[in-house]
Amino acid sequence: MEVPILKQGRFLIATIQAALSDADLQHLRRALVERVVRFRSRGVVVDVTALDVMDSFATRTLLDITHMIRLRGADTVIVGIQPEVAFAMVQLGLTLEGVSTALDLEEGLAHLNQRAQEGA
Amino acid sequence: MPDDIHVPIKSDLDIVAARQRGRELAAGAGFSATDVTLIATAISELARNIVSYAKQGEIVLRLVENSGTRGIMIVGRDAGPGIANLGDAMRDGFSTSGGLGLGLPGIKRLMDRFDIESELGRGTTVSVCKWLR
Repeated sequence: MEVPILKQGRFLIATIQAALSDADLQHLRRALVERVVRFRSRGVVVDVTALDVMDSFATRTLLDITHMIRLRGADTVIVGIQPEVAFAMVQLGLTLEGVSTALDLEEGLAHLNQRAQEGA
Repeated sequence: MPDDIHVPIKSDLDIVAARQRGRELAAGAGFSATDVTLIATAISELARNIVSYAKQGEIVLRLVENSGTRGIMIVGRDAGPGIANLGDAMRDGFSTSGGLGLGLPGIKRLMDRFDIESELGRGTTVSVCKWLR
């Protein structure tokens, strides 16, 4: 299942719409980094509201995405981690150290706008 | 128990299938949304270990009952290389596949019961349980 990536001005929005396989997650990583370069994007929101599980692979891929995009000078915000998913992640010992998170898409975009203004 | 669900694990696509079957079974048995997610996460990690270390194996899902308490049992079974040192494998931060190394101890924390048997050259069986409260 491919994750749609929407371009909104200087930002990209990737909305995960169903459970993803490892291959889907790797495809998302490639597609996002490629598009950040192509559109000279300043920020990315990854909406994981529909993700049923954040296991070690999903967490590591989101960390990779954030770090790769940071190397391009852009910010990433992960939004929509469900409460029960957050609980399972903590039990499993997974953290998103150094990654910005926000409640939902709106707050994620607000965060990116704020970061862009600070940088300007 | 007549209703064992066997999910063959051969690729990363089967990981998603296994956790969806587990999610349905657990939700049907009356587990809370949080417990269903913990169970699905444990299945995901068990199935991932099979794909990463043994290439193939199976996940078996089963509803169980123990002196009046109902629960779900998940068995991850493979005929892969086995684990050389179980003590190491149960330590946080240990991994030989370049993963995050949170696999087995993390799975143990997600569930109520955790058993592992492994023999070098013969494979690994991990059995975990979550009780319905």
